[in-house]
Amino acid sequence: MAVCIAVIAKENYPLYIRSVSPQNELKFHYTVHTSLDVVEEKISAVGKSLGDQREFYLGLLYPTEDYKVYGYVTNSKVKFVIVVDSANTSLRDNEIRSMFRKLHNSFTDVMCNPFHTPGSPIQSKAFDEIVSGMMSQSA
Amino acid sequence: MCRGPGLVHVSLHSPGSAAAPRAHGVEEVSRDNLSVGSSASTCLNVSPPCVCVCACVLRTYGRAPKMIHLEANFVQFKEELLPKDGTKALLTFPFLHIYWTDCCDAEAYRGSVKEDVSRWQSSLRAHGSADWLIIVVDGGDARKKNKGNILPRSSIVDKIRGDFCNKQNDRCVVLSEPLKDSSRSQESWNSLLLKLRTLLLMSFTKNLGRFEDDMRTLREKRTQPGWSFCQYFMVQEELAFVFEMLQQFEDALVQYDELDALFTQYVLNFGAGDAAKWLGSFCSPVLNWSGLLLRRPIDMEKRDSIQRGSASLLDLRSYLFSRQCTLLIFLQRPWEVTQRALELLHNCVQELRLLEVSVLRGALDCWVFLSCLEVLHRIESCCDRAQLAANASHTVGLWAYAADKLKALGHLCGLVSCKGPTSEDLNRTVDLLAGLGDERPETVNSLQSPYKKLKEALSSVEAFERHYLELCQAAMEMYRAVGRLRSARLLGKSLAEFYMSKGEPERAEALLAEALRSYVCEGWTFPVTHTRKQMGECQKLLRRSADSLRTSALLAGDGNLSAEERTSFCRDVLDYAGQPADEGGDPSATLDMGVLAQLTRIRFGPDGACVHSGAALRVELTLRCLMPVAVRVDELAVGVHLDAERVTKGGARGAALPGTVDFEAAVTAPGRPSSLSAGPPPEMDEAHDRSPSDDSLSSAGVVCRNAHLLVRRHDSGSPPDASGPPARNGASGAPPAALKEGAPVLRASGITLEPGDNSVVLAAASNEAGTYTLRQLCVTLANVNFVLPHIYPSVQYHVYSQEPQLSVRPLSEPLLAGLPQRVKFTLLTGHYAVRKGDALQLSNSDSMPVLAHVGCTARIANNGGAVAESALSVQSSDKVTSIGLPPTPPYHTLEFHLEVLCLIPPGPERLADERLTNGEAPRRPRSYSHPDTAMAAIDQRMSIDCPWSIYSTLLSLTFHIPFKTEHSLLSAGNRKYIQVCVHNVSDCDFTLAHVKLAEKGPQRRASLEMPCLNACARQLLCSKQSVYFLWEATCKEALPSSLECVFSASFCPRGRCEDAAFEPFHYHFLMDNVPTLYSVRADMVPPAGERHCRSGSLCGLEVVIERAARPADGEPAAAAADDKTDAEGLGSGKVMYEVADSSSNWAVCGRSSGLVSMPSSSGSWAHKVHIEVMPLFAGHLPFPKIKVLKYLPHNASSVQADADSQVENDSLSLLDKTLDDAAADTASVRSRGSVQSLGEQQHRGVALPRLDPFGPGQVFNHSHARQVLVLPAADEHIVEVHAT
Repeated sequence: MAVCIAVIAKENYPLYIRSVSPQNELKFHYTVHTSLDVVEEKISAVGKSLGDQREFYLGLLYPTEDYKVYGYVTNSKVKFVIVVDSANTSLRDNEIRSMFRKLHNSFTDVMCNPFHTPGSPIQSKAFDEIVSGMMSQSA
Repeated sequence: MCRGPGLVHVSLHSPGSAAAPRAHGVEEVSRDNLSVGSSASTCLNVSPPCVCVCACVLRTYGRAPKMIHLEANFVQFKEELLPKDGTKALLTFPFLHIYWTDCCDAEAYRGSVKEDVSRWQSSLRAHGSADWLIIVVDGGDARKKNKGNILPRSSIVDKIRGDFCNKQNDRCVVLSEPLKDSSRSQESWNSLLLKLRTLLLMSFTKNLGRFEDDMRTLREKRTQPGWSFCQYFMVQEELAFVFEMLQQFEDALVQYDELDALFTQYVLNFGAGDAAKWLGSFCSPVLNWSGLLLRRPIDMEKRDSIQRGSASLLDLRSYLFSRQCTLLIFLQRPWEVTQRALELLHNCVQELRLLEVSVLRGALDCWVFLSCLEVLHRIESCCDRAQLAANASHTVGLWAYAADKLKALGHLCGLVSCKGPTSEDLNRTVDLLAGLGDERPETVNSLQSPYKKLKEALSSVEAFERHYLELCQAAMEMYRAVGRLRSARLLGKSLAEFYMSKGEPERAEALLAEALRSYVCEGWTFPVTHTRKQMGECQKLLRRSADSLRTSALLAGDGNLSAEERTSFCRDVLDYAGQPADEGGDPSATLDMGVLAQLTRIRFGPDGACVHSGAALRVELTLRCLMPVAVRVDELAVGVHLDAERVTKGGARGAALPGTVDFEAAVTAPGRPSSLSAGPPPEMDEAHDRSPSDDSLSSAGVVCRNAHLLVRRHDSGSPPDASGPPARNGASGAPPAALKEGAPVLRASGITLEPGDNSVVLAAASNEAGTYTLRQLCVTLANVNFVLPHIYPSVQYHVYSQEPQLSVRPLSEPLLAGLPQRVKFTLLTGHYAVRKGDALQLSNSDSMPVLAHVGCTARIANNGGAVAESALSVQSSDKVTSIGLPPTPPYHTLEFHLEVLCLIPPGPERLADERLTNGEAPRRPRSYSHPDTAMAAIDQRMSIDCPWSIYSTLLSLTFHIPFKTEHSLLSAGNRKYIQVCVHNVSDCDFTLAHVKLAEKGPQRRASLEMPCLNACARQLLCSKQSVYFLWEATCKEALPSSLECVFSASFCPRGRCEDAAFEPFHYHFLMDNVPTLYSVRADMVPPAGERHCRSGSLCGLEVVIERAARPADGEPAAAAADDKTDAEGLGSGKVMYEVADSSSNWAVCGRSSGLVSMPSSSGSWAHKVHIEVMPLFAGHLPFPKIKVLKYLPHNASSVQADADSQVENDSLSLLDKTLDDAAADTASVRSRGSVQSLGEQQHRGVALPRLDPFGPGQVFNHSHARQVLVLPAADEHIVEVHAT
């Protein structure tokens, strides 16, 4: 389903980034990094208009010819970015939302782990599995 | 134009000209355009584009009512204009048919008009049109002609109504005097227009509804074979046109969006394998990629091709988008256009891919490029500059996309490489340009059309570069303006790649550096690695050897690269280092340590990081080498800063230093970028502010000692590998400072750093005392230096130089006086080396002799443990004890034990002043009571002359006296007993022996005997217990008035009972007023006739004060010599007695005190006093207290006759006071007496007598503690019960 899933810390460094194909990994890194621009833009716009009651889901950040980049931001300003192949037209907004929610839940579990140092890269196996699940559904 | 009775039908205006809606009033417009011929020929003249604009409320099914403007054309009726069955054209649809007639003549009507109208009606009916209107024009002149004949004229209207409008009377309207300006004319015009409007709207609503229904029906048939999207497209677009014409742009847009969605769905279905047949026409190869065309409201060319079914996918999409764009711009939503445009372009590319349409390579890029620019031009044409700038975020995507596509085209056509296009590239260019077709007529004359741009860009390398740069710069500027810096940098990086392929690395460098900095700053390692590789190539091309070296070194340590790549980069570094200095240009390059290795830990050899000067100290550095292969470095040096002052202040025992400093925390955690990691952890300290005067705490707080490192701005702190050239980056890129000149340096050479952790051991300098701070770390690899400019957190070690220190400590606490005790001498040699023959000279003192011991050994130790033992020679002379020390190296500890004995001072008397041999000030063992042990303590000072100092060392030891001794004098009549109590206050048990009491002093009396009343010779005295000894003092003569005694005993700790172990113990004391002077005897006399006293009744207290036998002969003489007054007091003085009962058992009635004069004659004498007392309670009551006091007149010679009464009052007042005091002890009386005496001294003129108590043994009370039985009162009828 997703071709790249990234978790980005509040300070904008990657906590977790994984993509389907290793040969495109670099490209996804660039894509995800650039998408932070839009994430920040959206966060600041939301902050102005809605105050506290805001949505985690940021929607489509920007489309490229080949990919669609969706964003999500938690209360602690940790960002999730999911990159989806543009050719994959079966994905609806709702499905993306539920993917993000799943991702958020799993991320929360990781954070609840007392042995995890907040701010360090995520190495949780369970989280990895959730992400793998989201990426493998493309088949 | 038309003559005679005309027929007109109303049709809608074409939307092509609907762009300018008319804002005129309805009536006005209609009057202008609808003119009725003024000639008598009654012909109706309709001016050619005859428009009737109606404002009406349109109510369509399922939608909210809307106010619309309807424009209508008046067209002359022609049979062929009537719609055929099946034509769905809504735009040219005749909505309302009007028959105009000015016939006022019944014959004419019957003759021609009626026939004409019925023919018209039948042809309408044949075409199913039920919307018609007959207008009868009533010319004013005609009326004038047939004045009075109103009826026939009206009958024509009636006839028409009767003939044609059988049930619809409103289908026939009279227009009266249309050319007159009368109210009647006005009225008829109004009603006509109203009618026209109503009927037109009715017809319109009906037809529109029907049209929509038909359209839906058609759409429902889409699954049937043979259904054509293009046909349907035309139908729905018709509706859109209608809405557009009605200025319902929103609704019109909805129609196009529906078409768009429908088409998209079909394409998706195709992708899913469900191919619709009609879609085949869209799958034909793309032959034309001329881009969007947004300048025309309707691109009829494309529309026609769609209608024909020959449109390609791009044509359809382009047409759809151009329509949507037009409507959106009508709706004032230009920013939606840009957003949709981007979606459309992405979508088209995807769709073509999905439909597997064969497209010439690069054609799509052309199409996208042209389209982007076309959209941007269109937006620019409808917005002003300020608006565009404010909404750059909407347009920037298109700019970037266009730049991207142009770059792709450039690559395709060989315009990017520095060599220029090949012939193959040129062929491709020609093919691409061919697909563009001719330029649109709209833009032929404009200088900057997308078409021209593309053509020009593809024409030559230079033009391409110019256009590409222009686009990139514009996009980057916009990105920056809207704050999308990352996007700008990515674009910049792509521009840099372009420069690199053009062979212009100098222009690429800054762009790459900026991108790299941002990636490093945000910790994106993959992009960092990639960009850094590009940077390295760029720097290599620029021959920036130092920067290139740094980049290579960083890449060699980059974990994202493969081992081969890393090794090759590492080789680059080593090659550079290996170059001879002259060839490399830069004699010695200096790089940051971080590129080579990370310092992870520093550990000191002795753990405390604190050594004495000259001692060996190892510093173990742990370096995590990042290189992929083992690197042999020439030298590793640590710059050290020596701060000599710190040690004198803090001393060697100052702040304890950690022996191991870990830098792991400071070293970048994986993933977290160095610039973001908190860096050094905050070093927090408590801070107390004490007031200087009394050391009380005035404030307390927490201080962060490294706040300057924590609060600095992150942005300015350049990452370690700020890759830009130093010249451009300014200070931040300056090479790290090499080791400071002249500072001490710890070195190690010839080290091989293996990948991973390496341990390097250095010998630390420790010659000078002070605090050494490790400042820099420098690794030299041929002519490359890797420098860590600041080691943080700071690592220090202390080197101290210590003065020799001598201390004496008891081996066991507490030291007991009187017994030999072992004390431990500890000598810390410090920097002093004890040589052979050095000795400690202890000044002997009589109160604490040092017990010489043979075979005393000294133990020499250093920090680690015992080093040696050697014999100690102790030599005592009468003045000094000399202790010969064994040779001891510096910074060792020398320990030995000595036995000393502190003599117990024999009593309260002070020892005679002593002098020390070395002329020290006279000192005296200070004895005081220890608060914890309740033992009297003696501070015994020692003065020791040490060989290393000209000054004597003064040490003090505290000894505790194990015993507390008290004495008391007991009397029994004239017999005297001396009691000595020895209390053992120490924790050990003792055996006492040889207990003796002897009189001391010069005048020893032979007659005085003190027989011992104690039983055994040896007495065990346990800890915290007391033992009492008693002697009777007898004398053949009278007892001496004062007696000086010495109690002596010998003691030893329990269990060691050999005689030698016993130590003597002496206690001196002096007793005064030994002999008994008076005896007091009291008796209670019950009232007369009674055998016992009764409570409440008066009894008599008989007190007999009797003088004892005169003291011995010698005694009065001494007493007289001593104190004359006293002798007189004894001999002829007066004695005051007083009876007081402090326990309120008795009520003293009447006189309670009085003076008794003693006759001066010697021999016994007695005085009897009777005092009335009354018992207050029944029972065995103790006698009231009888006190006898010495009465001393202030001056013996001025005793007055009436002194009795005077003193009586005075003493009474005194008695009252003493009675007030619950504890009327003698001390308080004495103090009063002394106060009085003081008063007497001051007022010598006033004669005030003095009262003095007798000593404890001078008055003996026979009736002391006697009790008398008191019966209850006989008539007691109240029984008091005290229940407690």
